[in-house]
Amino acid sequence: MNIETLSIKEVQKKLKEKSISVPEIAEALFRQIDRVEPTVRAYISLNRDMVLKKAHALQEELEKDGYPETPSLLGIPIALKDNLCTTDFPTTCAGKILEKYHSPFDATVVEKLRANKALILGKTNMDEFAMGSSTENSSVQKTANPWDVKKVPGGSSGGSAAAVAAGETLGALGSDTGGSIRQPASFCGVVGMKPTYGLVSRYGLVAFASSFDQIGPLAKTVEDAALLLQCIAGYDERDNTSFAGEVPDFDAGLKQPVKGKVVGIPGEYLDKGLNPEVKKVFESVVHKLEQEGVECREVSLPHTAYAVATYYIISTAEASSNLARFDGVHYGYRSENPEDTMELFTRSRSEGFGDEVKRRIMLGTYVLSSGYYDDYYLKALKVRTLIKQDFEKVFETCDAILAPTCPTTAYGIGEMEDPLEMYLGDIFTIPANLAGLPGITLRGGYDDKGLPVGVQLIGDSFKEASLLNFAWNLEQALNLREYPQL
Amino acid sequence: MKYKPVIGFEIHTELLTATKMFCGCEVGFGGTPNTRVCPICLGMPGTLPAPNKKAIDYTIRTALALNCDIQSPTYFDRKNYYYPDLPKNYQVSQNYNILGVNGYMDFSMGDSRTKRVGIDNVHIEEDAGKLMHPEEKAADYSLVDLNRAGTPLIEIVTEPDLRSVEEVEAFMKAMKNLLEYIEVSDCKMQEGSLRFEINISLREKDTDDFGTKVEVKNLNSMKVVSKVLEYELKRQSRMLDEGKKIMPETRLWNEVTGKTKSMRTKEEAKDYRYFPEPDLMHIEISSDWIERVKEELPEMREEKKERFIREFSLPEYDAEVLTDEKKIADYFEKTLAKCKTPKAVSNWIMTEVLRELKEMDEEIDEFPVTPACLATIINLIENGTISGKIGKTVFEEVFKTGKDPEKIIEEKGLKQVTDESAIQSVVQEVIEENPDTVEKYRKGKTKVMGFLVGQVMKKTRGKANPKMVNELLGKELQE
Repeated sequence: MNIETLSIKEVQKKLKEKSISVPEIAEALFRQIDRVEPTVRAYISLNRDMVLKKAHALQEELEKDGYPETPSLLGIPIALKDNLCTTDFPTTCAGKILEKYHSPFDATVVEKLRANKALILGKTNMDEFAMGSSTENSSVQKTANPWDVKKVPGGSSGGSAAAVAAGETLGALGSDTGGSIRQPASFCGVVGMKPTYGLVSRYGLVAFASSFDQIGPLAKTVEDAALLLQCIAGYDERDNTSFAGEVPDFDAGLKQPVKGKVVGIPGEYLDKGLNPEVKKVFESVVHKLEQEGVECREVSLPHTAYAVATYYIISTAEASSNLARFDGVHYGYRSENPEDTMELFTRSRSEGFGDEVKRRIMLGTYVLSSGYYDDYYLKALKVRTLIKQDFEKVFETCDAILAPTCPTTAYGIGEMEDPLEMYLGDIFTIPANLAGLPGITLRGGYDDKGLPVGVQLIGDSFKEASLLNFAWNLEQALNLREYPQL
Repeated sequence: MKYKPVIGFEIHTELLTATKMFCGCEVGFGGTPNTRVCPICLGMPGTLPAPNKKAIDYTIRTALALNCDIQSPTYFDRKNYYYPDLPKNYQVSQNYNILGVNGYMDFSMGDSRTKRVGIDNVHIEEDAGKLMHPEEKAADYSLVDLNRAGTPLIEIVTEPDLRSVEEVEAFMKAMKNLLEYIEVSDCKMQEGSLRFEINISLREKDTDDFGTKVEVKNLNSMKVVSKVLEYELKRQSRMLDEGKKIMPETRLWNEVTGKTKSMRTKEEAKDYRYFPEPDLMHIEISSDWIERVKEELPEMREEKKERFIREFSLPEYDAEVLTDEKKIADYFEKTLAKCKTPKAVSNWIMTEVLRELKEMDEEIDEFPVTPACLATIINLIENGTISGKIGKTVFEEVFKTGKDPEKIIEEKGLKQVTDESAIQSVVQEVIEENPDTVEKYRKGKTKVMGFLVGQVMKKTRGKANPKMVNELLGKELQE
């Protein structure tokens, strides 16, 4: 059995047929982890004994009660980004300030995965506090891109994307604040989805920027992503911003044809800055979609140019406040022998946070400061509204938007030295976060070095079902099932 | 005085909700430190706030009682500052679209005069925890108790409309009474569930320009507020007289020195970097919601007064006095629940209870004679076990010792003597010992009867039933 090439759906079929057991799945994954993890370094914490014990317990349950009728993840190994609170693994956010932190509770999504009988395999590497686009900002380790281990996996959910791509898990959860699921999914050639803001509870996700953060799935296939999303979505009274409506059945219309539907291609995204090879792949994808009978028309999102600036003002403002609690007083890293309380705060934070986190806290503190609030923060909120309106206008005539996920493919570890240049790499993913819209990335092709090139579909609010349907059709049409050679 | 004081208030009051503002932890005072806490009010990573709807109801109720406009939508903002008793290092409060604005409160100055103070705003927020500093000076640590962290708190900000110590005192009393009447807070200043912060400036007698404002914090009773105000008025006028400039600053009251001390100047003032709380949705307050809150408004003073007159046939004056403070009215009704003589209860409260309370300078919650005790005393008088006079002695004793009235009567042998033969023999004794007085009476000087009754009472240490003493004496003297 070649577990690294199997999808969740394929493994579920084997489980149902009883041709494989839950412990066998787990053991197969651990063998793969043993083989590739020294190179990929996707995980921050793993606990083989505990997981195997749970695998046996789940197998017993399966034998006793039979395979569940309703959507289930029984026995399916899932990896979690290390900013999702878990009681059985540490939750470090890949930062020194939380390096020994154990959460006293499970995040809502973790509760839901456990209720669906998933097997939580471990916690994956990330940029510290989800701040970054390459997972290089982790204080723990650098994760490699399974397609070329000298390249970054993208970020901030780089560990989750790399683990899925390298066959070290069947599925994973990440969080997407400005593209942190979709961009690493693009770099690692997997499917990554950011749901509509509010569809998935944020309770237990260590906050970076509260009005943007969304948890979403990473998987090998669109169908797997749909299943994972089905299991984690839904109203949660503990998250005041969670959506109170019904969660649709994402499987029901997944395989419907999309013939006759209209897809908008934002001209602004194909402008300067787009790598020619990425552009070439993107154009071939458009062509494929047209062959499926989809009408692809150019649309305009005129405020795209302001998206990155707007995002870095609002998200850093929120982050500066969200991360204020890490002060060495109640939990986490505490500096030794401070002179007084203020020094306890400042030294714990200076020693406990990495450079990128400090950079964003300073930026956020600045834009909220008296005298700057109106010029920066308030103005950014207004631009955010304009960007939302851009999308609303497009969705009056289009069923979805198709765009490249990133301007480039994966770059070399250590290659991107200027933080501002890295910020600009998120230009195509940030607008969906500003507007709270769902987006899904899937592999569209390869560049001349054989690195995956991602494309993304952006949908209207809470139109995940339709978005997944588009993505499934595109995935089938492209039929790209190569795996990285490790 | 050369200067006119200009005074305003910021008032914090903790709400009487069962649970905290954003989590399910119980609200309470004191207790073992850090026992009424959960990951949410501890601000642990990954937690989110879920707002307490009752607390929002109470804020609307307070805003309505203070004649505010209700803003809808209203929303929460984060107030960012670092302090170890603030687990998230930001307080969820309101700064931009505050729930209640542009209100006012009219209050009585104790005579026929009333005064109006403007209410700038009424907003809702969460309370912080408490720091406990060890006694020994050399200690290099402080302890944090987060039992209070996340308690729902209303802040009321007044306009600087008060002009004298007298107005300030009447205002504080009226504000406390209002908050008690609308039942949003227990208003216990010693426990910090009601906190006054005062801002004071002086202006030259003949201008309308405001002077520089000084804020004073850490005031745990109304008496302290008055002291602080008097101190600050003196300090500021002396500074102005000496040609010194008053600095805008926040000062702290020190009870030991009886002085205020600068805590921070405006240059050091914190920049709270307020911004809308992204973890909480905007709150739409519909007219239906406001109507519901209005319907739930408890009985206010005028209604209560009328009901006391109607239900208990009390004179208007009594009803007026009893309802002046909500807690007195409650005390009255609690006493009445255990005895059936409204007028007697009213008389006792208006005389004995209020007099002692005034001397104690305490809240009626702290009054040692509980409603149950008072009801017992009144019942014992009504059923003739003790006389009215002994009743007062028992009351004093309960007040001093907090003992049960019946126990006091038994221990001190204060039970009224109603045994006719026992009284008869004392009457006999008194007649024999006072032949001259008896003679005077029989000659028509009936006024001396009082003296003879007094003698009988003295001999029985006040325990003889006065009615029987009168009857028996009268009979003896007729003979």
